Parts: sequence; C-alpha cells; structure tokens
Amino acid sequence: MSDYQTHEYDVIVIGAGGAGLRAAIEASALGAKTGLVCKSLLGKAHTVMAEGGMAAALANVDKSDNWQTHFRDTVMGGKYMGNWRMQQLHAQESPERALELERWGAVFDRTPEGKISQRAFGGHTYKRLAHVGDRTGLEMIRTLQDRGVHQGIDVFMECTVVELIKDGGRVVGAFAYWRETGKFVVFKARAVIMATGGIGKMFRVTSNSWEYTADGHALALRAGAELIDMEFMQFHPTGMVWPPGVKGLLVTEAVRGEGGLLTNTRGERFMERYDPKRMELSTRDLVAKAIYTEVKEGRGTEHGGVWLDISHRDAEYIKKKLPSMYHQFKDLADVDITRAPMEVGPTAHYVMGGIRVVPETAASTVPGLFAAGECSGGMHGANRLGGNSLSDLVVFGKRAGEGAAAFARENRGAAGYDEGQIKRAERELLRPFESKATHTPYDVHFALQDVMQDKVGIMRTGDELQQAVAGFPGLGEKLRGVRVEGSRMFNPGWHLAWDMVNMLLIAEVVARAALQREESRGAHTRLDFPKTDSGGPWEKVNSVATCADGAVRIGTSPKPEMPAELKAIVEATA
Amino acid sequence: MSAPAAGKNRMEKGKEVKFRILRGCNGDLQEVEYAVAAETGWVVLDAVLNIQAKQAPDLSVRWNCKAAKCGSCSAEVNGKPRLMCKTRLDDLDTTVPVTVHPIKSFPHVKDLVTDVKWNYEVNKRITPFTPAPGADFTYYQEDVDRVQEFRKCIECFLCQDVCHVLRNHEQHAAFAGPRFFVRVAGLEMHPMDTADRSQFLAEEAGLFLCNITKCCTHVCPEDIHITDNAIIPLKERVIDRRYDPLQWLLRKVSGKK
Repeated sequence: MSDYQTHEYDVIVIGAGGAGLRAAIEASALGAKTGLVCKSLLGKAHTVMAEGGMAAALANVDKSDNWQTHFRDTVMGGKYMGNWRMQQLHAQESPERALELERWGAVFDRTPEGKISQRAFGGHTYKRLAHVGDRTGLEMIRTLQDRGVHQGIDVFMECTVVELIKDGGRVVGAFAYWRETGKFVVFKARAVIMATGGIGKMFRVTSNSWEYTADGHALALRAGAELIDMEFMQFHPTGMVWPPGVKGLLVTEAVRGEGGLLTNTRGERFMERYDPKRMELSTRDLVAKAIYTEVKEGRGTEHGGVWLDISHRDAEYIKKKLPSMYHQFKDLADVDITRAPMEVGPTAHYVMGGIRVVPETAASTVPGLFAAGECSGGMHGANRLGGNSLSDLVVFGKRAGEGAAAFARENRGAAGYDEGQIKRAERELLRPFESKATHTPYDVHFALQDVMQDKVGIMRTGDELQQAVAGFPGLGEKLRGVRVEGSRMFNPGWHLAWDMVNMLLIAEVVARAALQREESRGAHTRLDFPKTDSGGPWEKVNSVATCADGAVRIGTSPKPEMPAELKAIVEATA
Repeated sequence: MSAPAAGKNRMEKGKEVKFRILRGCNGDLQEVEYAVAAETGWVVLDAVLNIQAKQAPDLSVRWNCKAAKCGSCSAEVNGKPRLMCKTRLDDLDTTVPVTVHPIKSFPHVKDLVTDVKWNYEVNKRITPFTPAPGADFTYYQEDVDRVQEFRKCIECFLCQDVCHVLRNHEQHAAFAGPRFFVRVAGLEMHPMDTADRSQFLAEEAGLFLCNITKCCTHVCPEDIHITDNAIIPLKERVIDRRYDPLQWLLRKVSGKK
C-alpha cells in the first residue's frame, strides 16, 4: 500500500486565484462538499497582482456602454478567433459579477454619484474598468477568499497537484504532494475544476510568478482533454526593463488608461504609425509589436525599451490612481514617475489558449473535468483585452462551480481508484533523488526559457519554430536525468523538477501550434506569414492539441459559427 | 527626453556580495555563507533566488510577485523585518555579509520558511462583512478612503512578526495581532457593514494587550498607519460600546450598531 493521505469531496478545485475561489464559492453554495487546493498560501495567487481593473459594462461613467459594445470590443480585440458564446456570456454577466463583489464587501473606487468608478483601457470603446487604484486584484482576491473561508470551503495550502486520477474515461480525483513535508495526498472527487492559471514561466522575460508552470494545461492534456488556441501567448506591452532584477515586472496598462504617453528615443509618439486612431489605447498585441519594432529598428533605449510618461498629470492624482506603480519605480528603479518617464518593453504575461470548455458549464472534453480562468481557452481568442481577465475569472468561475456541482450531483456512484496509476506517479516524482547527474532542474528551466524567448516569442518564423521543436526531445532527455539535492521537505529544486515536466510538454504544444498557423493574427506573429488571413481558412479554425501516450498531436477544428444576430452587433460599427 | 537620473550612489555595477542565510529544519539550524555576483539594482530576493538556482537548489523560500504586491517573501534582513523583493542591496552595507533569517513569531519549517497557518485560523474567527439585507450600495469616495487604507494590506505578516505580544510573549491564543486589527477595522469602518465585532476584539482578539508601541506601523511595507488609524480607533470604539452607558442606551433604543 502506498503511503499517502486521502480526502474525499464532491468538488475539488485546483488553484485559488479569482477563478478557483469563485468556482469553489459557487459549488459550496450549491451544497457540494468543496475542497480548494493551491500551490502557494491563500491570497498569493496571480490574481493578487492584477492591477488595472475588471471590465464590466456597468455604464456608470459612460452611459452609452452596454453588453453589446463590450461583446463587440472583445470579439474584435480577439481578432475574431474567440468563442462567440463565451464572449457573449462574459459581456452579459460581468456587470452582475462586479456588483456581486461589491455586495460581498469589495470597495471599488467611486464616481461622484457614489457608484463604482470605471477607467479607460486599451481596446475598450468606453470607460469600463471597475478598479481600486492599481491594486484591483488584491481587492478581488481578498473579497473572494473571505467569502469562501466563511462559507466553509476547506483550503489545502501549499499543496501541488501532479496528476489527475481517472476511472475509465472519467476524472475522479487528483494526486498531490504537500510542499512542506513532501508527503503525498490523494483527493477523491466527483468533479475536478482546473483553475491553475498560466504558463509564463517558460519565457525568460515574464510578469509571471514561480507558480505559472502550465500545470493545469499539462494535467488536463495528459488526462485526455483538448487544448485550443495555444499559439496565442500575450506579451504585455509594458514590463519594466531596468534594472536587471526587475526585468519583466508588470507596468499596468492603467498608466496608459490614465493618459500615459509612449515615445521612442527620438521623442516621437510612435503609436501614430501603428494605430493612429487609438494610439496608446490600442490593443495589447499591437502596442507590444510596435514597441518591439521601435527597439529593433534602433529607436529604443540602451536597455531595450521605450519611454512611458505620465508625469504631465498632477502628482497627487498619479499617487492616488497609480500608487503601486509610483512605489514600484521609486523603490526598485529610482524613478519618480510623477517627474520622469518609465522605461518599458514587452513581457510574457498571459496565455489566451487553454482547456477547451463548454461555455455554459465550463466542462472540458473529459467527463468530470472542468476549467475556468486563464487555463481555459476560447474566451479571449487571439488577443485578450486588458480588464477582461478579472471579469472572465468570476463569470466562468461561477459557471464552473455550477457545472461541477451539477455533475457531482448526477454522478454519485463509487469510482474506482487505480493504485497502479498512483504508484507510477509516486515513482516518477521520487526518481530525481536517485540521479547522479550534475545538472539540476534550474539548468533545464533556463535552457527552456532561452528557447521559448528567442524562438517562440513575440515575432516568430517557421525556421525558428522548427528549431525550437527539434530541440525539445533533447531537453526532455536532460530533464529525465536531473539531480535533486536534499530532502523532501520544502524543496524548491525537487518541486521544479516536476513543474518542468509540465512546462516542457506545453512548450511543445505552443511551438507546434505556432508552427501550424501560417498567418499573423493577434498575439501570434509570423514574419514569414505577415498577413492576417481575414475571411480565409485560418480565420475559420482553432488549433487543437491532444495527447496520447505522451505524444502530442496538433490539428485544427472548425471555429463555432457566430449567429446572425451577434454578427450584426459586431458589424454595426466594425 | 533623457534617461532618468540615478539616485545618489545607487545602481552600482555588479559586485560580489556575501550572504549568510539561516538554513536547516527541526531545530538544527545554522547560517550558511554564499557569495554572489550581484547585478545592478538587485534586491535581496534576486540574490536568494540566484543562490537557489546556482548553489543551493533545495533552499526553501516563499515568493510570488517580486513586486511587493503579494506579501510572500517576508524575512529578517540584517535583523530587520523586510520584504526581500523590496530590499535593495544598494541600501545595505555590503562590505560585510548580509544576513537573511526567517520571520520569528511563528513555528519554523525550513530555511526561510515559517508556518504561518495560525494567521488563517484567526481570520476565520472574524465576523465577515455583513450588509443590511437589500441595502443600497450607493456610497462615496470620502466614505471609503480610510477603509481602502486598511484593504491595502498584503498579508506579509511582518507586523505580526515584530509585535512583542506575539514575538516575545507568545500570546497567540489570546491575541489576534496587528494584521487582524487592520482587517477588523476595514470591516467595522466599511460604510455598508452592520455587524458589531467589539466583543470579539475585547475578549477573543486581545485588543487591549496592545500597548501602542507602533512597532507594527514601522515595518508595514504598505505604509498602513496600523496603530493610529486602526488600533486606536478600534480601542475607542470598543470602550464606547462596552463601557459608555449613554451610547449603550442609544443603541438599545435605535437598534443601530
């Protein structure tokens, strides 16, 4: 018999950011016994770092706003690649989800009329982002975590899920280890919700934390789920570039939302040449490519960035509306942003692609497995608009909670647990302790980051993508031999060894999906196929990744056709 | 536009810096020295993660955002409670080794990691946000400026680390600590909240064990005025509610909190 604890739940949620918390709250409210498993301490998930706001057509500031306009902005911002039904549900339901957060105690900044204030953001026609200065994510996660904890959700902190457990075709649980002790634990569940976030740690320059190692994507793929749109990786236009230690740290889009200007070293507002209508408030894909091009063509700073300046606004206003940015630059870069410009450049930020789900229920293609938030796919298409992530989390978090609770209710029969599968996972996990090699998981991680940054980054070519793909088997071989030092107690090197298995699998999916799509669209730019295939074959298909016996298969599937009444909304002013 | 001016004597070029990091577990602890080639503008966390990647792959440390937004990387740097991601090497004396120890008010786990679960248990005992049924949520910015100060808390627990009621007197059973006075203040002063937490504050949370030395305020990375804006107003509120007969009578008559 293996040595592990066992916990039984109706619904297990993996990941405790906005989507996971909202899902757990909903499942628990519907009577499902709900457990929440997360890699960090509660309240430290990526949502806490979200800055600019939550997009919702509340029409508190711009009275003309409505769900139709939000829907149209999202469809167009996603370059027509998104799932229309998810985009519709999101636009329709995000106002109610924002008001719900307020009723649960979230304190958003106010309008003079005493309502939730809203700010401008890239790609949004109206001032739409409910916000709290530039720390909206903190407000949201604290509100959700307190709501969840007091509702009786059990939280398993610092616990990493390494594999989903299946009974025949159905997901019936998850196998995990406690980070603190290294001991194993099995969660038996009637339904499992993935809310694990993104994949950014496979890139060298990223705004993502250590947690973003593609866990949910990889676990779901190995369990038989389909991933869609994985070629679409968002590079946020504005990350810090100097000094070296802060390279990649996020500079919120709210700086531009509040009037920040982008200039190159010649003092030109270069966005005039890329998107003269929207300028700095263009979509993220376009601004990121513009900055990349300015630097590449010699109009960037010595550290490879451009200037972002908000100092023309009143100093007190800046400190009130962008307090984290003020402190971040003052403390870490010796720059007072009320007086001087920020040096910024693109940073890997968010993956649009993810687990394919049914829009209404967030069910994946595998029975018993659900997904919400960044690890799910379809909502954002080829490019996500700023502010649409926080709203996505709560809209589809709630729906995933409902979907999973309903599935758990309807599938109450006992499931079989394959000891063999658990044993194999244990053996794989412990193997690196026996290695005599000299290289560590960190070495493989840095090597992967170089490949992804240099060959699968913001500008891609078929040749470089081929080179990346050709290199993965070698990295995999290297990873299988890595050495881990020390004990099983809170051992980050050991943890990274398994994280790398997930990252490497999904890196291959990203590179091969990017190689397959022979056009440029949204966040995916092919220098050898620079045109967007508007109305052509590539606009009609999503890329689909599957995995059987460890082998990744990349193909396409027809994109769901938008109904005529929604097409009319998009075309009204397109 | 020219490059932003660097601060005085800051942004020095990379140089070798020595660190003495407390390592070990189960009471078997010792400082281990590591030398690092530091890059321009590095913070202590950059050095610790570099040591982890290059020299000590099993070095335990918590971190997430690296931008002072999540409150994970709390430690004691040269004896001072700090967020490692916010502590610049330029601001330390690097002619001698920089010491990095875990925070101390909680049980030690391994290396720089401590067991902070107690904090999450305390939080569960606080009456959550309780609006009146069907309340109209129209309220104004001036109503929430103070509450927003409390809600900036990133739960780094540095205030808990330095509070002598916890650190020296180990009153974890009788005292909630500054973090949770800030949390209660954020609820009590929320314009839509109707609950009364004064009994909890006085009897379970040990509010009056605090003797206002302001140690918590001094270490708060979010510059929350914990003592002046949260703890003292809460003490006044509890005294008014529990010991002022006129206030008690008014509440009885009006039914308000």
